[in-house]
Amino acid sequence: MTGNPLLAATALQRSFSVKAGLFQPRQTLHAVNGVDIAVNRGDVLGIVGESGCGKSTLARMLLGLIPPSAGTVFIDGQDISTVGRLALARRVQPVFQDPYSSLNPRRSVAAIVAFPLDVHGIGTKAERRRRAIEMLERVGLPPRYADSTPGQLSGGQRQRVGIARALVMNPEIVVCDEPTSALDVSVQAQILNLLLELRQEFNLTYVFISHNLAVVEHIATHVAVMYLGRVVEFAETATLFRQPRHPYTQALLASVLTPDTSLGLPETGLGLSFPDPIHPPPGCPFHPRCPRRMAICETERPPLARDAVGEVACHLYPASATQGPTP
Amino acid sequence: MSGTGTVLEVEGLDVDIRTDAGMLHAVRDVSFNVARGETLCLVGESGCGKSITSLALMGLLPRTATRRTRALRFLGEDLSRASSKRINDLRGNRMAMIFQEPMTALNPAYTIGEQLMEHHRHHRQSSSQQAQDRAVELLEKVGIASAAQRLGQYPHQLSGGLRQRVMIAMALMCEPQLLIADEPSTALDVTIQAQILRLLADLQAELGIAMVLITHDLGVVARIADRVAVMYAGQVVEAGPVQEIFATPHHPYTRGLMSCIPVPGRTEPGGKLGTIPGVVPSLVGELQGCSFRDRCLLVQPQCALAIPVHQSAAGQQWRCIFDATGVAA
Repeated sequence: MTGNPLLAATALQRSFSVKAGLFQPRQTLHAVNGVDIAVNRGDVLGIVGESGCGKSTLARMLLGLIPPSAGTVFIDGQDISTVGRLALARRVQPVFQDPYSSLNPRRSVAAIVAFPLDVHGIGTKAERRRRAIEMLERVGLPPRYADSTPGQLSGGQRQRVGIARALVMNPEIVVCDEPTSALDVSVQAQILNLLLELRQEFNLTYVFISHNLAVVEHIATHVAVMYLGRVVEFAETATLFRQPRHPYTQALLASVLTPDTSLGLPETGLGLSFPDPIHPPPGCPFHPRCPRRMAICETERPPLARDAVGEVACHLYPASATQGPTP
Repeated sequence: MSGTGTVLEVEGLDVDIRTDAGMLHAVRDVSFNVARGETLCLVGESGCGKSITSLALMGLLPRTATRRTRALRFLGEDLSRASSKRINDLRGNRMAMIFQEPMTALNPAYTIGEQLMEHHRHHRQSSSQQAQDRAVELLEKVGIASAAQRLGQYPHQLSGGLRQRVMIAMALMCEPQLLIADEPSTALDVTIQAQILRLLADLQAELGIAMVLITHDLGVVARIADRVAVMYAGQVVEAGPVQEIFATPHHPYTRGLMSCIPVPGRTEPGGKLGTIPGVVPSLVGELQGCSFRDRCLLVQPQCALAIPVHQSAAGQQWRCIFDATGVAA
């Protein structure tokens, strides 16, 4: 990818050892299986895919919360495993999906937001509280809520607390894992507007994980589509949505139910089964569900090949061609 | 509006729930009907009363809740006066329900075969062989391969999409005339969601079922509904044919809801989405006037008084002081 990315991952892998059954040997699940991505400063990288595709595992590695099994995450060109936990946390912060379980129910909202400052020993107690309240106000939560506990807040208000906690350290990168999925649509709109405003104001870079493609199209500048632990397509958002190339991306976009009463329910042609990630299919992992599979797809996995439009891992687009055939 | 094909008629449904803070008016004066082969979508955000409405129809309300209706008729029969034995005969038989989260709605300790066959045997007094044949037939109908083997599996052995298909098959075991589906595709991936909804729509058309589909997703509504009822704070604030509701929403809440969602090709990427300021009001205690007035940008003094219901020639109804031309009553 071009330029000097702020956050990058190369050949990133993470596997888990899982129990297959009471008397069966443990098996290996490759949740993330060789991912290369890069995000430039100020960009928003959207990551989309079905449940089990490895997008949350990828997010946790980018945050340094779990170490990769292989491969490296770089921040500003530096390997994050050499950066140190606290130093990394000053630069990369998370916003999680579920504001009900990611906030301590016994602490006040101000204490939750000030907690990162406590950990890093920044300022006096009074200063930390003042800074937390300022940040809460910035995300749209008036000071009268400072001493409430999360249980007294609505879902949208809790997600604002989660965002305030992420921003209080002035990070450069915020990794948002399904930040609006648990929220009502009117609240989702408020949170998306807030994230977009904050991006401008604090010059933030986002990694934005979501299964909602309409939301990703709205907020992301670039999109990576994941399938079974790998990126199968990467492009600028407008390009990807206008001209999806991988048959999986095409099927994902076809499944989006836009509020258009003249259209019926789409036929995605995907079939039912998301493959068992413990026993991924040979060749292209998507081939059992692919409406356009060829003989080669069953034996040979296509590499993620870059051309002028973006990156795609599919035999329909041979790496030598700069412009793939139109689907 | 009760035509010949009417399966369900609800008139003036109220549900009150006793809470420590006082009486919570969860559903207020809700009326609608559904005909054979028709899909009515109940739309709204959390706490608007859409799920309580569906539980009230099925007689599945919690003990702390009381239901009152002017009329609740299923195929002409008055359910509000029916005995609990009669309701038990109908429920799971002539009227069936599909829940949002199939993992919690299916019993983890029984095989899906046992669960599929149980109420068929109960309602139809069928032999276990007949019930098993029916279960296999329906699993095949909902697109589950090697159905006979699946009967011996437990819910945890199936993926989310398969479990939801099992739920649908279970609801259809006794050939219901009314199907109530509460967020049937919300817990699923987008690709599976489209398939499940298509399956429901196909089966409904084939079997002529009247369906009440509860959802918060306007995309789902636009694609599957014949008619829509938008709920807010326990009331239906706007209702009508799906094309009219999407083309000319009259209630400020419906309009707000539609401006909130990013629509590929329509909203500007990175632009500001519409929002609805404020929060849903408490439904405890005496309620008067329009419950949306604290959040409404068009609020007028008379919004605190009784609110008229307007009706258009196309059959669209809305509960607001403003008529179709924007003139306040």
